[in-house]
Amino acid sequence: MTQSVVVQVGQCGNQVGCRFWDLALREHAAVNKKGIYDEALSSFFRNVDTRSGGDGPDIYKGKICSLKARALLIDMEEGVVNEILQGPLRDVFDSKQLITDVSGSGNNWAVGHKLYGYQYRENIVEKLRKTAEHCDCLQCFFIIHSMGGGTGSGLGTFVLNLLEDEFPEVYRFVTSVYPSGEDDVITSPYNSVLAMKELNEHADCVLPIENESLFDIVNKIHQMINSGKLGSTVKQNSLVTSSAGSAKTVQEKPFDAMNILTSSARFEGSLNMDLNEISMNLVPFPRLHYLVSSLTPLYTLADVNVPSRRLDQMFSDAFSRDHQLIQADPKHSLYLACALLVRGNVQVSDLRRNIERLKPSLHFVSWNQEGWKTGLCSVPPVGHSHSLLALANNTCVKPTFIELKDRFMKLYKKKAHLHHYLHIDGMEQSCFSEAISSLSDLIEEYNELDATKGGPRTDPSRLKIAV
Amino acid sequence: MSIVTVQLGQCGNQIGREVFNAVCGDVHGTHGLCSKKENDSYHDACKERFFSEEESEVPVARAVLVDMEPKVISQTLSIAARSGYWKYDDRSHFCQKQGSGNNWANGYSVHGPRHKEVIMNLVQKEAEKCDRLSGFFTITSMAGGTGSGLGAFVTQSLRDAFPTSFILNHVIWPYGTGEVIVQNYNSVLTLSHLYQSADALLVHENDVIHKICAQLMNIKQISFRDVNQVIAHQLGSVFQPTYTAEGGLHYSRNPLGDLMETLVPHPEFKMLGLRNIPQMPENSLAYSTFSWPGLIKHLRQMLIANAKMEEGIDWQVRPPRLGSSIPSSHSTNKPLYFNTSIANLVILRGKDLHSVDLGSFRDPSLYTSWLNPQDAFNAWKTPRAFNKYEKSASLLKPLDNVVGKAWNMFASKAYIHQYTKFGIEEEDFLDSFTALEQVISSYTSL
Repeated sequence: MTQSVVVQVGQCGNQVGCRFWDLALREHAAVNKKGIYDEALSSFFRNVDTRSGGDGPDIYKGKICSLKARALLIDMEEGVVNEILQGPLRDVFDSKQLITDVSGSGNNWAVGHKLYGYQYRENIVEKLRKTAEHCDCLQCFFIIHSMGGGTGSGLGTFVLNLLEDEFPEVYRFVTSVYPSGEDDVITSPYNSVLAMKELNEHADCVLPIENESLFDIVNKIHQMINSGKLGSTVKQNSLVTSSAGSAKTVQEKPFDAMNILTSSARFEGSLNMDLNEISMNLVPFPRLHYLVSSLTPLYTLADVNVPSRRLDQMFSDAFSRDHQLIQADPKHSLYLACALLVRGNVQVSDLRRNIERLKPSLHFVSWNQEGWKTGLCSVPPVGHSHSLLALANNTCVKPTFIELKDRFMKLYKKKAHLHHYLHIDGMEQSCFSEAISSLSDLIEEYNELDATKGGPRTDPSRLKIAV
Repeated sequence: MSIVTVQLGQCGNQIGREVFNAVCGDVHGTHGLCSKKENDSYHDACKERFFSEEESEVPVARAVLVDMEPKVISQTLSIAARSGYWKYDDRSHFCQKQGSGNNWANGYSVHGPRHKEVIMNLVQKEAEKCDRLSGFFTITSMAGGTGSGLGAFVTQSLRDAFPTSFILNHVIWPYGTGEVIVQNYNSVLTLSHLYQSADALLVHENDVIHKICAQLMNIKQISFRDVNQVIAHQLGSVFQPTYTAEGGLHYSRNPLGDLMETLVPHPEFKMLGLRNIPQMPENSLAYSTFSWPGLIKHLRQMLIANAKMEEGIDWQVRPPRLGSSIPSSHSTNKPLYFNTSIANLVILRGKDLHSVDLGSFRDPSLYTSWLNPQDAFNAWKTPRAFNKYEKSASLLKPLDNVVGKAWNMFASKAYIHQYTKFGIEEEDFLDSFTALEQVISSYTSL
């Protein structure tokens, strides 16, 4: 069984990461009734005996003594991390897994990346090494951060760089929260574009998330509940997420996604889909590694044995605009590849039937007409009887990037706020121009693919063999 | 003589388990149609082929299980042991932690050389347990990373280590609308490599089996377990003991060798397909009656019209009349969809075998011009019922499809960086494409 390490950077990254750990614990608690530390748990948690100060060797079998998350929490101001350490999850994190400072990054990418990066480099490397040593077979790093701020964006991408240098064979999955149009941080376009360059070059896979989409989804759930449409069939548990306050709810959604992604690595199924397979199948060209994710169902119904029609509805929903975690409509753009990971009592025939049904309405690139990757995991998630995660490599991310570029250019043309960045050691004008050209190249690559959409299909001629 | 099975990857292990289950179930089943002596000698022949006796009463399967991640193997081992009828040897398995990530290059260039010694040791041990080794039967899928990549490497290693043994590769052709996006690349690379090391490739297509499950077996929610059981059933009916034409008194001693001899007359044509009649759910069996002439007629038409199951056969297709002036180089004059065979083997299981007339299979118009129907057609029989089936060598269309799609993807260079990361370069791809185009052209010119 493989292990994964989560690195949460910045305020957003830590808040969101917290919800992930909460969900992971609940899920394993639901499945693991006997309290035995098994392989599934070991993918994200260590089992230690805290009496020896957590430094003792990990306990591999037998009962759970104390679970410690395989995580690193980084923030340049103390507020959020302190809150976590005083909350219900305080026992899951070790004080040795934290790196904090006092003054924050002032929403400045350069401060996060160049200043703090340089300052904390040794510390971060050492802690990463320690966490890696505790792993039998480390497969993947999950980085959670936001793009608009200073720490998550700057220091987060610095850590990404570091991971590539120190652990080149381990996959780097990044969950990035992109700023929305009405973001209150003025310099967020600068921060985002500078961070994008790093993501382009050093990440294996990026799952972009937009706050706007999350708000929409939460609102929809609220509406459903309030309008009484579902009535008494909506189970109480599912409302746990929404009653915890909208800020928290919003953040839980991506963690459901991450949970499902790793579920195949942790639980058994008839068609296992591992993290390295996701990277292999969904990334046809090295730079086009931005995956649009969507998750269904968003709420649960009381029926346990969901009849086929509901199941089919779940598949249809996954492709609708409302369920995507970024503001995009994949149905009208070009698919490069698509992965479906299903949890619960779903069989291969259901999967195939739905793929057949949905295929005609989706546009796939000419050389990947049947580009579907599927995975089946028999263990359902907490509170639902089935769930489906759809990951698509789709050109619908292009508008998001174009908008980002536009907002950047508006500020850059006037040279607004540039001096804050340029007076940091190591930061020059060329950093900005390189970053924007990297983003432009990416947009161009997506454009080229879009141009092939709907055109006449000319297959390249095959090799001829002399008879 | 014994067969050592090598199960590679998730698919290979899941199917392998079902095969041993099916074989074991057949042996223990009651067949009142045969005499006790008949039953006993069948029992013994089957046991020797697939199982070895150990101190514990339960027979131990002659198999090596290999996978690059642990979940499937541990599941397979425990399910087998729980059945109480048979089990795997606890030491005959090898697994790693990370899997191959659906990457052929990872399986072939990284895992292969790294673990070659350990795996070959396990195989050697199983081979030594056999009194006489007939050969190896490997079960893999083509779409994934371990079964396909590592499978190709292991087959090559088997060929190097056991140059005189027969190697039969069972490959699972993935669903046309993907399970894995890079399955066409993986399939092309696998096939081209296996073609060089294996003696024959026995192919099962997921699409076909799925249809059989849906239409013939009436299963509503088809799971991979159902698909695997159908495949296992078909495989079992190939491998269970039969009398060959020559050895009329005892069960054939060299199953793999006989198979190769009858079905692979020319090394260019190694791909084998399987057709099984009748195929139906267990509970309907009691209500059905069959007669040999009916079954034979259906089977022959299935063969000619290239139908894979007994529903929806196109009865319009007829073989061309001999003696008409059809120049042999023009295949367009032949009626469309007519399936020319290279060799056919019919295996009949059940009662009243002496009454079976297989003359319709000896019709020379079914076969290519360069083979005498006497050589091209064979029949094996046994009075013990399992199911009747037949094999021929023709799988042109799916192969053509897969190569076409893979070429399309290759032309846009998609996903190539994932393979070059592990050492498979563009030239390797081109070599594989060339090899397979050669095979396609050979089959087309029949």
